[in-house]
Amino acid sequence: MHKKILETKNLNAFYGDFQALFEVSIDLFEGEIISIIGANGAGKSTFMKAVTGLLAKVENDINLKGRSIKNLRADEIARKGIAMVPEGRKLFPSLSVEENLLIGGQINRIGPWNLTSIYKLFPDLYEKKNMPSNLLSGGQQQMAAIGRALMSNPEIILFDEISLGLAPIIIKKIYQNLPDVIKDGMSAIVVEQDISKAIEISNRVYCLQEGKIALSGHSNKLTREEISKAYFGM
Amino acid sequence: MATDRFEIVQSSSTSRISIFIAFFIIIILFFAPWWAGRADIRLLSEIFLYLSLASLWNLLAGYCGLVSVGQQAFVGFGGYLLFALTIFAGFNPLLAIPISGIFGALISLPIAFLIFRLRGAYFAIGTWVVAEVFRLSFAQIQSLGGGSGSSLPVAIVKSIASNKAMRESLIYWMILGLTVLILVSVYLILRSRRGIALIAIRDNELASKSLGINITRSKLFVYIITSGLTTILGALIFLQKLRISPDAAFNVNDWTAFVIFIVVIGGIGTIEGPIIGVLIFFLLRETLADLGTIYLIMLGCVAIAVMIKAPKGVWGFVSSTFKIELFPLSRKLKKQIKEN
Amino acid sequence: MDWINSIIQGILVGGLYALFAAGLSLIFGVMRLVNIAHGDLIILSAFLGLTVSSSLNLHPFASLIVVLPIMGFFGYLLQRGILNKTLGNDILPPLLVTFGLSVIIQNGLMELYTADPQKMNAGNIEVASLSLPGGLNIGWFPLLMFIISIIIIGILQFIFYKTALGRAFRATSDDQEIAQLMGLNKNHIYGLAMAISMIVVAIAGIFLGIRTSFDPAAGPSRLIFGFEAVIIGGLGNLWGTLIGGIILGVSQNIGAKINPGWQLLAGHIAFLVVLAIRPKGLFHRVDG
Repeated sequence: MHKKILETKNLNAFYGDFQALFEVSIDLFEGEIISIIGANGAGKSTFMKAVTGLLAKVENDINLKGRSIKNLRADEIARKGIAMVPEGRKLFPSLSVEENLLIGGQINRIGPWNLTSIYKLFPDLYEKKNMPSNLLSGGQQQMAAIGRALMSNPEIILFDEISLGLAPIIIKKIYQNLPDVIKDGMSAIVVEQDISKAIEISNRVYCLQEGKIALSGHSNKLTREEISKAYFGM
Repeated sequence: MATDRFEIVQSSSTSRISIFIAFFIIIILFFAPWWAGRADIRLLSEIFLYLSLASLWNLLAGYCGLVSVGQQAFVGFGGYLLFALTIFAGFNPLLAIPISGIFGALISLPIAFLIFRLRGAYFAIGTWVVAEVFRLSFAQIQSLGGGSGSSLPVAIVKSIASNKAMRESLIYWMILGLTVLILVSVYLILRSRRGIALIAIRDNELASKSLGINITRSKLFVYIITSGLTTILGALIFLQKLRISPDAAFNVNDWTAFVIFIVVIGGIGTIEGPIIGVLIFFLLRETLADLGTIYLIMLGCVAIAVMIKAPKGVWGFVSSTFKIELFPLSRKLKKQIKEN
Repeated sequence: MDWINSIIQGILVGGLYALFAAGLSLIFGVMRLVNIAHGDLIILSAFLGLTVSSSLNLHPFASLIVVLPIMGFFGYLLQRGILNKTLGNDILPPLLVTFGLSVIIQNGLMELYTADPQKMNAGNIEVASLSLPGGLNIGWFPLLMFIISIIIIGILQFIFYKTALGRAFRATSDDQEIAQLMGLNKNHIYGLAMAISMIVVAIAGIFLGIRTSFDPAAGPSRLIFGFEAVIIGGLGNLWGTLIGGIILGVSQNIGAKINPGWQLLAGHIAFLVVLAIRPKGLFHRVDG
């Protein structure tokens, strides 16, 4: 593999006094896709929040290309090239589809993604570009959310539960699109409830359990038994 | 064999001592006409009036989230009712005072009907509009002096008590009594089932909604009680002043701004806050009042600094540092060990 | 004819009320902040205009060259230095902090300028009027004020719905957490919103100072007029706010026509009636 682009070192994260992550060390290499799996409340979303700068209290370090980003604000981290497709899609309801994409693009980093390339990838969005974003179907909203993240031409893209609440056929379509999305050396972290999907698309897997890493390894080398043991803690 | 048993307690030894001390202080204050001069009695009355206004405002804003900047509506209404009831209806002033409270509570109902439609900060400005409507309306009543106001006729003043000293003492005792009544009521309301519900609402509106606590009714209840009591305070304030005008009666600085500063500096959302706040306020005023507008600018700055740096005020800082509550609202689990 | 005249005057002054309201409406829309000191800031601008125009010997309109950037810059600093620290789930801190600010501004002005009423002199335009058939007279100044108010509301509407800044305002208002993930610095965005609000306040202050006399205590009633226009028009709707301002202005003028003492009262009553029958305003758009 190539260079390490993102690493967390013994990361602890808190909501007020409640500690949600315990010494979580995760590495991400250039061009790599890792997935983070785990039951509800295992700390997957907390990890995403910590990396994107949305948590007020984190301990120990988060490094992007060797530089600490722990004390940066969320918007500064975004400008450094980490983009997120949030859980529940979270499009801006009072903005049109195109405006949502433009908000993602106002970071203005150089790269292959712009309105034209996004519309080429997701032709559905082009047809509905002037529609209020909350009138899109679930699958189209997910495409818009992915497009919005891509518009910033990130180096790392985070997907938080992209299949949640979508019909299986839509999920399939979105995952079919992923190789086109994650290209040109972009790295990705995928948080996914669906374990087999997670293993299928990623190079490596981390399994969180009650805020700690219970298992990690190459996706094709882990056995089902190992994973279910780490997942359920049995 | 020993088993652990738990009991819920609200009092502590500190709180029992503080209630005892409070009782002692009230007795001393009751005898003030015998040991204090006229100026001191006036100052004490003013302190009690502000303590009462502050406690009531704290109940509204600190516990119900009903931030009113229009409490002067009720203060002025009370003052004008006192004048109207005594001058036009021939009531004895001492009787007119409690009656004004009933009117205050009654008129707060239609007001609530309107302004409860506004939320948060818009509620605040809505209360201000209502106060302005009161001020402008009373300025239209020519028989009460219109915009320039009027004085309480001598005959009515004399009907309180024939000599001046006795009259001033009587008004002082009424103010003291009302202050004690208000502080005790606020405390009891907050300790009641309804009060616990209110605190639950304040701390988490969503959770208490799902627990089925009727938020609007509890808030309305407190709003009506507060309005009635504030009206009574207004009647007493203008019984002491003997003169009323729309600008004095519905003055936002005197009856709301100062009160807000007192509560914010002392500690909003705490029982003890208004007491601490009123002491600080008068201490500052007695030493800095010569500065006039500068004094007000300083008060404003202090209030802003407190709100940003220590949102629970002086008392909040003290109580969280030393873990004490003089008038406990929070319930503690106390372990009892029983031998079987 | 007198009646029609006073209704027209009411409509024209409604434009000024809409300007009072537009600044309030904007910051509420972006950051759910209600600025209790809004009216005092209008009066502050009027005093600032007075000082600038008298000391530099400028026409009051020309004083805007100085007053506008000062107020805009002040708004940005105020937001970033103080008000951003108060924003959160609890509505009390911003409310009480802006209330404190209101008291500080009022007393600060009192200290600097005394309580005496002041007025700005704009020369001939104040008295010049346009005679219409049927004995109607429309003052050029109120007409200009009304037209400029409409233009400013149009500009605000354009900024909010057609520009990148407006997009950022709306996105931050929708979901500030996600907006930050898109690289928007909410503190900066809020600062800009307050700066724009203060620029509108500056213009409103200059108009107010030419139209009527003002004193340091005149702020709260301007806050109330602005607030009433916002609620009558419906939260989050700038054109609604203009209608709200006009309804308020017309009610006041009709009230004054019946009895001079009823001018303000009539405006408040119009507001309360709207609140009673259409609590969300006439042209409601967003939920507060």
